[in-house]
Amino acid sequence: MEASTSAPPPPTAAISTRGNGQVRDAAGKYGLIALLLVLPVAYGIKDLSEDGNLVGIANNLFAGLSNGSILALIAVGYTLVYGIIELINFAHGEVFMIGSFTAVSFWGTIGLGLTTGTLPLILGLLLVLVVAMLTCGVLNVMIERVAYRPLRTAPKLAPLITAVGMSFVLQNVGLLWIGGSPASVDDLIHAQQNVFTFLGIRVDRADLMAFAVTIPLVAALTWFVAKARLGKAMRATAQDPEAARLMGINVDTTISLTFLIGGMMAGAAGLIYALYQTTIWYFQGFNAGLLAFTAAVMGGIGNLRGAVIGGLIIGCIQQISDNRINTSWTPAIVFAYLILIMVFRPQGLIGEETREAG
Amino acid sequence: MTRFGGFRIPIWANRALAAAVIVVAIVFPLFFQQGDNWVDDMTIALAYVVMALGLNIVVGYAGLLDLGYVAFFAIGAYTTGWFMSGFFSDANVHVFVSEFTKNLPGVHFNFLLVVVVAIVLCAIAGIIIGLPTLRLRGDYIAIVTLAFGEIIRVFAIEGDTIKLPFGEDNHLTAGRQGISPIDKIDLPFFEQFTSLNLRAWYWLALALVLIVLFVNIRLRDSRLGRAWIALREDEVAAASMGVPLVKTKLLAYAVGAGFGGMSGAFLGSYFNTVNADQFQFGFSIFILAMIILGGLGSVWGVVVGAVALSLINYTLIPDVLNDAPNKLFGLDFNLTEVNYGIFGFLLVLMMVLRPEGLLPERRRQLELRETAQDAELVEVAHP
Repeated sequence: MEASTSAPPPPTAAISTRGNGQVRDAAGKYGLIALLLVLPVAYGIKDLSEDGNLVGIANNLFAGLSNGSILALIAVGYTLVYGIIELINFAHGEVFMIGSFTAVSFWGTIGLGLTTGTLPLILGLLLVLVVAMLTCGVLNVMIERVAYRPLRTAPKLAPLITAVGMSFVLQNVGLLWIGGSPASVDDLIHAQQNVFTFLGIRVDRADLMAFAVTIPLVAALTWFVAKARLGKAMRATAQDPEAARLMGINVDTTISLTFLIGGMMAGAAGLIYALYQTTIWYFQGFNAGLLAFTAAVMGGIGNLRGAVIGGLIIGCIQQISDNRINTSWTPAIVFAYLILIMVFRPQGLIGEETREAG
Repeated sequence: MTRFGGFRIPIWANRALAAAVIVVAIVFPLFFQQGDNWVDDMTIALAYVVMALGLNIVVGYAGLLDLGYVAFFAIGAYTTGWFMSGFFSDANVHVFVSEFTKNLPGVHFNFLLVVVVAIVLCAIAGIIIGLPTLRLRGDYIAIVTLAFGEIIRVFAIEGDTIKLPFGEDNHLTAGRQGISPIDKIDLPFFEQFTSLNLRAWYWLALALVLIVLFVNIRLRDSRLGRAWIALREDEVAAASMGVPLVKTKLLAYAVGAGFGGMSGAFLGSYFNTVNADQFQFGFSIFILAMIILGGLGSVWGVVVGAVALSLINYTLIPDVLNDAPNKLFGLDFNLTEVNYGIFGFLLVLMMVLRPEGLLPERRRQLELRETAQDAELVEVAHP
């Protein structure tokens, strides 16, 4: 571990932080916020001048939040893993995709369908949630065991390459599982059915379901990392694996645990995605994975709160772009944000929590 | 001096081997029909060798993981699309082209000019992509390059909705429909290439490979090459020994990108279409897998890896093993569907079992072994 993590940042970075660092820092932060506000403000003004109200953009933002909660759950997995072993777990998006596929297959197996009553449906979906989370958690642990652990002492780029490799392997597993084109699944919860409308904002069943799953999970995760004994072990390992080992923490187990938790969150996101979009596709993991990674970097990689906030923001950007510009331009817009953030504010909105950041 | 296992091969034997390989490569197409599949596959393989050697400079020498190399394939191919076809149909520009092509509408340049333009455009693009990554750590470089590759792909797909400021109805690209047909390559002193005689294409590709090989080897042994390797091994140490970081890194991107553009321009004409779906992220990984299979930084390893993987992709998987899952295990799919899965698996396998590649570069091998040994020492010290 030492060999890969003790490399100091490139000398050019030191030059940039010298001098009026605080001014630069503030400029970077507010510059990023201003940049993020460009799309919503532009379309808000457009709505105001065309319709005389902000209902259109408000609807976009609300849908963006519920959509972003899925991304937030995935982003948490990226950020936890990066925090602890400084690896971009490139296969994480594919774990999320496998989560969707598992959920759909399993609810087919236990016989959930359009005619299932409300109570059995809720109980059934809870069971599906548990199964999807466990499957993805175990899958993620297995990936770490096979592809990353043997390379823990290798140069830092080696595990990144295996991560890309694993991502392709899993993508092809998905391809063989469901087939090459997007498959539509039963709209179990009648996702588009309106529950109520508040100030012109449509609140659909899908939105409520996304929040109902995400909020408790994120709350539980935050509690776990902050308070539980194993969560403390995770943070200790993230700060300094060698010292953590000396304090009697089993570093390998802790890393496995991190992958387990990250995978479980991705599995939950997979179920929500399937219910929300009612379409699954073997390529969904690649797209969502990169969006979620952008979210994690935006919030500040290694930072749990940052990943959640970043996920919600990226969700809004994605929604506005999908709805107002064109779905096919969305990746280009999000990647442009990713590049700008990485170059001008690599520590993200809230600040990264990695060993290199100190 | 090259090593195979424990053996040291003297330098003359090494050179004789290289010469023999080149001679075999030159006479190879004479053993087949003019339009034989093998000649076709080997031509593509050679074009991929050019790309792999280009990526080798960025990833193998300078140690900058580039996951968006497909961008340069795209830019090179679109250069042929723009300057060697009837795509801009209201223009009427002909520069050094055959009598036959002179009568076609559109922009038609000679291939040699187009290659130069492609190399220059790609080198500029390489520098533009490289600039923002200068201060980033290694894994962020990988993601930024990936993001650039994807942005270029989106532009390629959506290019048919982007109007260009000149002409009446000119667009940036033809999207998924593809720009087709592309002019066949027409070199001075030779007849214009045709799709019936693939030997000419093969020999041109081989000539490109030899040029790139020569440049690659000379660069590796030059001051610049040593600077790249120093940068890869320890950026801080290199900087304090006076290696100019910005210039060295940007040159790596530019040279690597230029080779990608060269190959892209060739493939654009060879495939006779420039189509947005050719430029998927998977292609970057395909090329990356070639250099990892062969050995990062090892010129001959990269050549072997590129030829091997493209033959696996275009011959072994579709023609030989395609129905193997069905025959052997009774599974209901063709192997061609999962070719990228196979490459992914290969990446994992190579990195875990033999990260230095099949024909490793010695210095790289030591580097990889050294870090492992250091870590073992730490393990021993703190059990």
